[in-house]
Amino acid sequence: MTAPGARTSEEERAAQTERLRKVWENPGGWRYWTSVNNTQVGLWYASTAFIFLLFAGVLGLIIRAQLAVPGNDLISADFYNQVFTLHGTVMMFLFAVPIFEAVAIFLLPPMLGARELPFPRLGAFGFWSFLLGGIFVCGSIFFNAAPSSGWFMYPPLATDEKLSGIGADIWLLGLSFIEVASIAAAVELIVGIMKCRAPGMRINLMPLFAWYLLIVAGMILFAFPPLIAGDILFEMQRMFDWPFFDPARGGDPLLWQHLFWIFGHPEVYIIFLPAIALMAMIVPTFSRRPIVGYSWIVLAAVGTGFLSFGLWVHHMFATGLPQISLAFFSAASEAVAIPTAVQIFVFIATMLAGRVILSTPMLFGAGGIAIFVIGGLTGVMVAIAPFDWQAHDTYFVVAHLHYVLVGGMLFPVVAGIYYYYPLVDAKRLSDRLGRTAFWLMFVGFNVTFFPMHLTGLLGMPRRVFTYPGDLGWNVLNLISSVGAVVFALGVLTVVWDVLRPKHREPRGEQNPWNAGTLEWISEPEENWGVRSVPFVSSRYPLWDQPTLANEISEGRWYLPDAEEGRREGLVTSVLDARPEQVLRVGGTSKVTIVSAFSLGGVFIALTFKWWIAGAIAALICFSAIVYWLWTGTNEIPEKPEKDAGIGLSLPLYTSGPSSVGWWAMFITMVGDSTAFASLIFGYFFYWTIHDDFTAGSAGPGTTWPLIAAALFLGAWLATLAARYFNAHASVALARANLVLAFTLTIIGSVTGVLGPRLHQMDPTAHVYPAIVWVLVCWTLAHAAVGAVMLAYCLARSLAGRLTKTHDMDLRNVALYWHFLAITAVISFCVIGLFPEAL
Amino acid sequence: MQSTLDPAGIEAGLVRTLFLVMAIAGGLIWFGVMATLFAAMLRVRRSSEQTAGRFILWGGAVFPAVMLFALLTYALWLMPTLRPVAAAGDAADLRIEVTGRQYWWQVVYHHRGVQIAAANEVRLPVGRRVEFSLKSDDVIHSFWIPSLGGKMDMIPGRENRLSLIAEKTGVFRGACAEFCGTSHAFMALTAVAMEPDAFDAWLVAEAEASIDVEGDGSELFLRHGCGACHRVAGTDAVGAVGPDLSHLGSRRMLAAGIIANTEDNIAGFIANPAAIKPGAAMPAFAMLPPQDIRAIAAWLKGLR
Repeated sequence: MTAPGARTSEEERAAQTERLRKVWENPGGWRYWTSVNNTQVGLWYASTAFIFLLFAGVLGLIIRAQLAVPGNDLISADFYNQVFTLHGTVMMFLFAVPIFEAVAIFLLPPMLGARELPFPRLGAFGFWSFLLGGIFVCGSIFFNAAPSSGWFMYPPLATDEKLSGIGADIWLLGLSFIEVASIAAAVELIVGIMKCRAPGMRINLMPLFAWYLLIVAGMILFAFPPLIAGDILFEMQRMFDWPFFDPARGGDPLLWQHLFWIFGHPEVYIIFLPAIALMAMIVPTFSRRPIVGYSWIVLAAVGTGFLSFGLWVHHMFATGLPQISLAFFSAASEAVAIPTAVQIFVFIATMLAGRVILSTPMLFGAGGIAIFVIGGLTGVMVAIAPFDWQAHDTYFVVAHLHYVLVGGMLFPVVAGIYYYYPLVDAKRLSDRLGRTAFWLMFVGFNVTFFPMHLTGLLGMPRRVFTYPGDLGWNVLNLISSVGAVVFALGVLTVVWDVLRPKHREPRGEQNPWNAGTLEWISEPEENWGVRSVPFVSSRYPLWDQPTLANEISEGRWYLPDAEEGRREGLVTSVLDARPEQVLRVGGTSKVTIVSAFSLGGVFIALTFKWWIAGAIAALICFSAIVYWLWTGTNEIPEKPEKDAGIGLSLPLYTSGPSSVGWWAMFITMVGDSTAFASLIFGYFFYWTIHDDFTAGSAGPGTTWPLIAAALFLGAWLATLAARYFNAHASVALARANLVLAFTLTIIGSVTGVLGPRLHQMDPTAHVYPAIVWVLVCWTLAHAAVGAVMLAYCLARSLAGRLTKTHDMDLRNVALYWHFLAITAVISFCVIGLFPEAL
Repeated sequence: MQSTLDPAGIEAGLVRTLFLVMAIAGGLIWFGVMATLFAAMLRVRRSSEQTAGRFILWGGAVFPAVMLFALLTYALWLMPTLRPVAAAGDAADLRIEVTGRQYWWQVVYHHRGVQIAAANEVRLPVGRRVEFSLKSDDVIHSFWIPSLGGKMDMIPGRENRLSLIAEKTGVFRGACAEFCGTSHAFMALTAVAMEPDAFDAWLVAEAEASIDVEGDGSELFLRHGCGACHRVAGTDAVGAVGPDLSHLGSRRMLAAGIIANTEDNIAGFIANPAAIKPGAAMPAFAMLPPQDIRAIAAWLKGLR
């Protein structure tokens, strides 16, 4: 079905439009905030991230004010330490990563020719978590309680209660909460990009933005979990004195540095790649031609993503690691410059082969490249270990990282604002203000940060709240401070351009830049993403299929109507986007806010050790999530199939690998397993650094752990049996097996505790019992979730919501159990058998 | 005096050359990329897609690969020269053990079986390889004397090695380079490179008690309990919590390299350390009679 349907009558079309509009409309009044539509959530997300950017920018200005002159006492040392810690933390965690999630949530559905992302409520949940967590972390500074150990929180400084105070807990728990939101967004984006593209949009026809987002979301999945694992160890030490980073009891501060930078280095590319993705949309539009080297840039982005996981040690060149590993990581760090250069040259080549229109977005794009290339070149320098020994932790690195992040991220994002603003408001931003903003930002940025290269080489360490006046740093610092003001004026100009009232300006064209990709058919007034879901056969459909825009808005493609009053989108196959299902997605709901806020309540209560409040919040959160799942997911449709238009009939329900829920579970569990792998890494890390790993203390023994592993395997088999019997209509046997699996899980969990418990392993005595206990606790927490899932399936079965053909719940739970079985077997075998093998 | 661009040691010299090579090459590459970018943006004539594609291959992949390979060869060839892997039994003639503390440096010279304690100042002979063993007692610090060489972290529970060779005499400022808490900015270090003969003579003198150790100040120092934390050779003060003060008067700077070593400053520090160094472990002694503080300060300043 690759041709549009016939034109329908005016009245018919108006009626369809009306039904669609009603289905997708947002509630009014205060209920507006319960919207889950990607357009709204994307805008809220982006605005919130920008407010955090401005907040962190003010912190940056405070830093420059304090450092403008030597020996300044404008602010105290302690306050300065809070300011620079929060500046870095907020920029990284509350602006740079969330802004791309925001833009992606806003742009992806229309860009992919889709109605919505597959899990709109999950997107809204992520936003509310981000908002609450962000306010919690930022607000701390008004109570003089902000984290003050630097944004990488090195222990023992950050684990010491006296030296770091409550700020460290706020950092750990507040950001863990936000990381949950980031992973939720990653799951949503991956599934959205893989399964919700318009029919015909094979994976090699995807807009580059989608490619980049897919790569970045995948990176989040492997990069954030090590940090979450690190956060767990860190918080266990702070809260319960488990000595993971305390050398006196076998711990090692370096484990945190490894876990942090295994996250922290990919993080840089997680920030950088989406900005390049914006450039990959902007450059072709203003070069008036398709991108040159589509495969080159995709491969380069994939390559960057992979390599970025092998570079983390270049943040640790001065920690005294063996020279051979320094040499290896120097080489790997240099290697990543190659795919990065390819991406920049793809843009230059596209401009060469096209005819460039010098627009405001292009100005910001080119300025970004000019800045970023300097950051890249200084990156090549600091990747060389001997030079890094001098440059590390000085203002040279401060200059380098700002050149990378501002050139590689902020400038492209502002380019994106100027480019995509018409999609928000149907009006263009002012070119005059845009150019003013560009020059203020470009000049201000360089005046601020270029001198810092020299300040660093002249010996100024970073993170000093003041400096003596006789070391030759005064003039350079003063120049930087003046530049910062100019830079800030530039940013304010952009803010003014966005916020200034524009209601007197006429409505602009729908596709003002005459771009070639599908997002430009979306209308700011409408919430449905696309009026009908088209068949796409080109990378730049609006250029290559000239009648497409009209066909779409005339509703001549798929799903032009909402007869049943439900929000519906198409699910297509992963590689070649064959239509597979009509997916009904969740609509407006309060449950997302309730669950996000109660989950936030859990984290906040833990920060202040309000155990009872925490337990209550956890209970509310649990109930909200169960309610959400019960009422909002895996609903059995009123009919098996639905006519999607132009003669295509598609099922309304699928389960297993063709369903979006299965993919979401799979992807979540990949991330979860990465966190688990990081904890296992911790176990063996301690083994490698100690001659006597167990330090003479008793292990958990072999017997109980192995019995526990066997019981978990039994529970897994029973779950699989339940799935089999359910699919083969032996409902009673399926239920019996669910009960059996549940019982085995409980017994297995108790048995799992017995090993370390009976051998009196005291987790505060030494790192060995502590790491064993952490593995056990991790497994048991997952077992608890697994048990709840089994009970849920049983309840669904009894309530008639889980049947032979409508078995998605059970299939997803079985998928979870594959991962749980692996986790339990690895964890119990490691703690039980490894000490015996020593 | 705290500059990587003004080297006085072999490592710092080689790294400065490395930097200059990279900076010049990097500058040329940047201008090249910018020229191409501008040409691409402003040019009216369109290149063919094939030409543009070749451009990606040569400019984006081949050229950086060749440049980076050359750079890596250069750098990896440098590394063993800069920081030779110390073989076992290859004990340097002089080993200086430096332990980072919040916010000062404990220094112990190990010279031919003798241990000589000091603080906040390291002296080293020109032309001889000096081995530093770097440790920490509390949080992570980083030992860095830019004019002599790159930095090395001091990590609790670990011992890191760093060997440096000073090439010319002089006084060089060093600093803690890893953020270590409130007064991280106030944790500096004085490195004094001396002629080998002068150094040997100094080390012999340093091993003995100061000749001016007798005096009123000595008695007050002990009476007010200073000896519980500080050691002064030749007296009953044997504390190991705070800096060793045996030859305080001969040090160039005070309070870990941040204020001039004068009687007034010593007295001021005793009365209220937090005013000079927030978060310092030493409590304020403002309750002591001012004349006692002055006497102690005068005596400490006299310990040469």
